[in-house]
Amino acid sequence: MIRRLCALISSRTKEFYRDRSALGWNLLFPFMVIFGFSLIFNQDKQVLYKVGVLKETSVKSLSAEPEFARRYEHFRKTRFIEFVDFNSLERGMNRLEHHRIDFLVNPEKGEYWVSKTSPKGYIVERLFQSSAEIGPGHYTRRDITGREIPYVEWLFPGILGMNIMFSSLFGVGYVVVRYRKNGVLKRFSVTPVRTFEFLTAQIVSRMAVILLTTFIVYAGCALIYGFQCRGSYLNLFLSFALGGFSMVSLGLLVAARSSSEEFAGGILNIISWPMMFLSEVWFSLEGAHPWVTSFSKILPLTHMIDSSRMIMNDGAGLLEVREHFITLAAMSIIFITLGSLMFKWQKDS
Amino acid sequence: MKYILEIKNLVKDYSEVRAVDDISFAIEPGICFGLLGPNGAGKTTTIEVIEGILNKTGGEILYKEKPRLAGFKEEAGIQFQNTELPQYLTVRETLVMFRKLYSRKADMDELIAICRLEEILDRDNRKISGGQKQRLLLAMALANDPELLFLDEPTTGLDPQARHHLWNIVKDIKSRNKTIILTTHYMEEAQLLCDRIAIMDTGKIIAMGSPSELLKEHANRTIIVIRNDINEENLGSLPCRYFKIHDGYEIQTDNLNTCLQALMKSNVDLSDITVRSQNLEDLFLKLTGKELRT
Repeated sequence: MIRRLCALISSRTKEFYRDRSALGWNLLFPFMVIFGFSLIFNQDKQVLYKVGVLKETSVKSLSAEPEFARRYEHFRKTRFIEFVDFNSLERGMNRLEHHRIDFLVNPEKGEYWVSKTSPKGYIVERLFQSSAEIGPGHYTRRDITGREIPYVEWLFPGILGMNIMFSSLFGVGYVVVRYRKNGVLKRFSVTPVRTFEFLTAQIVSRMAVILLTTFIVYAGCALIYGFQCRGSYLNLFLSFALGGFSMVSLGLLVAARSSSEEFAGGILNIISWPMMFLSEVWFSLEGAHPWVTSFSKILPLTHMIDSSRMIMNDGAGLLEVREHFITLAAMSIIFITLGSLMFKWQKDS
Repeated sequence: MKYILEIKNLVKDYSEVRAVDDISFAIEPGICFGLLGPNGAGKTTTIEVIEGILNKTGGEILYKEKPRLAGFKEEAGIQFQNTELPQYLTVRETLVMFRKLYSRKADMDELIAICRLEEILDRDNRKISGGQKQRLLLAMALANDPELLFLDEPTTGLDPQARHHLWNIVKDIKSRNKTIILTTHYMEEAQLLCDRIAIMDTGKIIAMGSPSELLKEHANRTIIVIRNDINEENLGSLPCRYFKIHDGYEIQTDNLNTCLQALMKSNVDLSDITVRSQNLEDLFLKLTGKELRT
């Protein structure tokens, strides 16, 4: 038995070692992830929570209530919290409502705000309250004025967007590469089917799947959790449709030539991972380095999630989300044009 | 129209290798034309260039006396040597889809009947046998009721029963006046199905004609195979050529009676002998010095 086992292990290891693209990817991918994360979240700036500080109350210029300032200073020494300055209460409140910050504090007036539904907000509040040990200066908790967006409602469009991203990229890109590898595309190439028709069929089919599954998930969650869409359902549909279309087109672009599933899988991962982390699916980029924010703007998922959140959470109309829609449409056109031009029916012989 | 397909001085190069080397032939409508040769002879490359899958390096290809146009795909049916089928579809769904890709369509019931697919119509493509898969691929190639049918080694890898089954189907298709271009390295297949054959080796056509013409011209001897233990010295005086083969001796003769009489005179044990005419495999061996299946 040991001999057979050794023979199988040996042959499988040789196969893996000799598949250069898979081996290369296995070595390269962790390096790239670590490099990317270290660049974005280096140790000095590793952030677990984000606290907004009303800037009009610059700590050094505090004159009134030095106890508030002392307590704030003490709190500010807490590691892994990023403090983001805001010039106005309105803006700070907006970021808090949208869960882009976890906590908002006004050290001058001894006030703070926290979302009742935010798990991170709860932790930051406990940390903040623990600083009471240093002496007097009791801060007052204020309610968020206006309508508070429950955390799950903020999170929901991100989850739907991520699901659409994976379904689009891998559902189209990976499948087309497999078709090319095993000769199915070659078989289609000798029929009267044109490239445009084949690609359109892939897009329409995948879009139908994406929109139907998104509708089912949305309806199910709305029924169970009572989510509300404050904007128009048509606009929300457009947001998901344009976002899905742009990412299906991106998947086709990746799959335009390759016949290696390992290689295509690697490329799709290298596209989807940064999107997952930089498109504010799970956490906000509030206060991140400007280049990170700029980079996130070239990712279609960012625009889809932003516009969906604006429509769902804030009831935004077409005019307010037009920039996102135009960007998604432009990206789709670029991806699909490049994909069509580069598309090959067969693997290189 | 004298020829449905004319190939003139066709050349196909792959970087440093010339896969097809200046070949020419013409095919009359309604015949089965065979490209016969060993693996690597250039058969598949030749038909893939004709099909339009590969670009030619040089030469001319005429379909119905004109260069191939977009309509060629509507009128040609193609079965590749190795093609996977779309997964998760049934045999019926696959056929229905392929029929819809063409503006001219074969009758569905007729297609099913010709390719003997009745019993597997609702089976998932992943659950059909090798022979059934080849029959489905053939049905897909016939989905547009093609005028010109390309079959690239359709029986490679099939067991003898499945191979004979497919041969019967091809004969049936042939009887419907379809023009067929068949590549194979099975001489029996070529001899059975083809009206004309071209024998290819290293990218060139080395002989062309009907099987009987070729055999008459190049291989008209009789072969005697003796599988008994015999003293080779007894064969030395024979008025014919002989070769040692793995399980005996092979003797080639122009005069069977004289040769058999000489063997009997030499007291050679003839209790286990086979007598046969030369076939395409012998012809190929004679022309190239190579076995067909290597």
